[in-house]
Amino acid sequence: MAILPPDVSPDDFAAALRQFAGAVGEEWVLTSDEDLAAYRDHYSPVPLAEEELLPSAAVAPAEVEQVQEVVRIANRFRIPLYPISTGKNFAYGGPAPNLRGSVVVDLKRMNRILEVNAERNFALVEPGVSYFDLYRYIQERGLKVWIDCPDPGWGSPVGNTLDRGIGYTLGFYRDHVAAQYGMEVVLPNGELMRTGMGAVPNGRAWQEYKYGFGPDPSGLFAQGNFGIVTKMGLRLMPQPEHWRTGLVTVPKRRDLGPLINTVNYLTDLFMIGEPWYGSPLRALLGNTEFYEAATRRGGVNEDELDRLAAQAGLHSWQVELQFYGSERTTLANWEYAKELVSRNIPGARIVDGESLPVPLTREQIEQTTGPYPTNMRRNVTQGVPSLGIWKNLGRTEAFPDTWAQGHIGLFAVIPRSAEAVFEAQQVFGDTLREMGMRTSITAVSTPVNWYQFCFLFSAGFSTGGGDFGATPEGKARVRDALKTLLLKAGERGWGEYRAAPYFQDDVANEYSFNDHALRRFNETLKDAVDPNGILAPGRGGIWPRRFREGRA
Amino acid sequence: MTRASKAVAALAVAAALAGPALAQDAALVERGRTVFAHYCAPCHGPGRGDDGAPMLPGTHALHLKYRGEKPALLEERDDLPAPVLKTFVRYGVASMPPFRKTEVTDEDIEAISAYLAASAAARRHE
Repeated sequence: MAILPPDVSPDDFAAALRQFAGAVGEEWVLTSDEDLAAYRDHYSPVPLAEEELLPSAAVAPAEVEQVQEVVRIANRFRIPLYPISTGKNFAYGGPAPNLRGSVVVDLKRMNRILEVNAERNFALVEPGVSYFDLYRYIQERGLKVWIDCPDPGWGSPVGNTLDRGIGYTLGFYRDHVAAQYGMEVVLPNGELMRTGMGAVPNGRAWQEYKYGFGPDPSGLFAQGNFGIVTKMGLRLMPQPEHWRTGLVTVPKRRDLGPLINTVNYLTDLFMIGEPWYGSPLRALLGNTEFYEAATRRGGVNEDELDRLAAQAGLHSWQVELQFYGSERTTLANWEYAKELVSRNIPGARIVDGESLPVPLTREQIEQTTGPYPTNMRRNVTQGVPSLGIWKNLGRTEAFPDTWAQGHIGLFAVIPRSAEAVFEAQQVFGDTLREMGMRTSITAVSTPVNWYQFCFLFSAGFSTGGGDFGATPEGKARVRDALKTLLLKAGERGWGEYRAAPYFQDDVANEYSFNDHALRRFNETLKDAVDPNGILAPGRGGIWPRRFREGRA
Repeated sequence: MTRASKAVAALAVAAALAGPALAQDAALVERGRTVFAHYCAPCHGPGRGDDGAPMLPGTHALHLKYRGEKPALLEERDDLPAPVLKTFVRYGVASMPPFRKTEVTDEDIEAISAYLAASAAARRHE
């Protein structure tokens, strides 16, 4: 399977590998087919094998100085590098590079937790540390701080943050880039830089003030290709004493507007954790009359949906709220939420949920029989990393022998309003059904509120074995559907928040205001700081000059 | 005492009686137990899965695959020698992605295999 880096001769590549071995040790320059198989994107949506994003080699430094030396060698031979942290960014490329033939810089061996401070509430970690590692470190020491982890939790806080990943607790913490406080970065020329107060020699508040003085370049390293981050500070949520939940349901379709506005108010006053929206009407999707009403092309008849909901005795929408704090403050906030809902939405139903001291016991986390059926994922709402979400992939009772191997999708950033939700339901649903794609998007689909100040509306597909599109034709259909959806979303003024390498140019193309002024600015910077174009070419849709003609 | 620690404890006692060779085995099994707990057990361990799932995802997948012909729990399997384990670990299988040498070394895989064999043997003698 030997692949060369683009524009690099076999002799030069062999010489570079020898120099990499001198930098990191021969054992940690990986070139065999068996070693490189583990750097493939196991869930690759790429239809054709010859287009798959495979590396030419991997190198695995254990120290910052080794990373610097690897970068210097890559410059010498003009070899593209692609850094990974724990390599678990599945559905977004996993450990595979952005550009075929790149050398993966595998940072997993840089796995030190340098500090967890439970009085000033922060951590400083290297990229190879996983959420599991950080959680176990905190638990073993009995520290009273929480991590905010994505789902699944085997990824890296550094890597997840650098892909603008999200979590599930309070708004500030679940926006992982917001909770990033200070970086150490190996620049494309091999130089070492620290951001924020880390730029002050012996800076003593690195994880407490992230801006420093003058422009803060830390944003360039998220979904970018301007450096290799070797340390990162993370703000940690103090462990609350109590967790409380409650359910609100509203009867009519148009009630989604005041419901969202009420929840926005509570959210932006920082009174609630992540709200989980849903619709009780999903229970009716097996009913032909309701399904047709909820998927009517060109727009649904709201009176018809309200009538069918009333006939079934169901409300149209629901939101599960959660409160972190003390027993008394969570109660006060929930009572206030109930008062607002009653004031703003006639006919709303309000149900008290759980009220539990924190930390929850393992039995309480596994508890599934609360006052009402819940959609909340309980581990992550408690800052507990898990791999349990893989229950959505692989063999299931329904498909014991043909299974979904992986998934891929898009998450469009839409405004936090009912009008935007209704529009997204129709645009995404109609587009996919017109393309003959199997989709669960209907007029009762709801967004996620991972980022505090926007909604993400998703369309996802399985890739993998059996009936789930593992064939080149199946993958090509998924690719075409996603690309079509991206265009439709762009026409409506929506963009994606994140993308797998295979779709990053398409997503970047949506951000085209003033003849791609943003991309031109980023690429001007790229050419200035990485003139050899060695660092993650194409990541974030940013191509260095030497590869720019290859842009999709 | 958990099944895992029973397996390790049994080997440690045997090692004390039988000398350096078995002590090496005990160290290998202990290493395997640690690596398994870190990398494998979150998906292939015992207990319930998330949010009402009856088992953890990897255990559930093997339960559906073997339907009782083989144990769903890897810690009850004595038919996973290191070369077999290595194929699954390095190449992945079904929805399980591969694991790289930077995560689980070849020596770790040997150790996991030894641990699974010891754990399965301990379970048989329970």
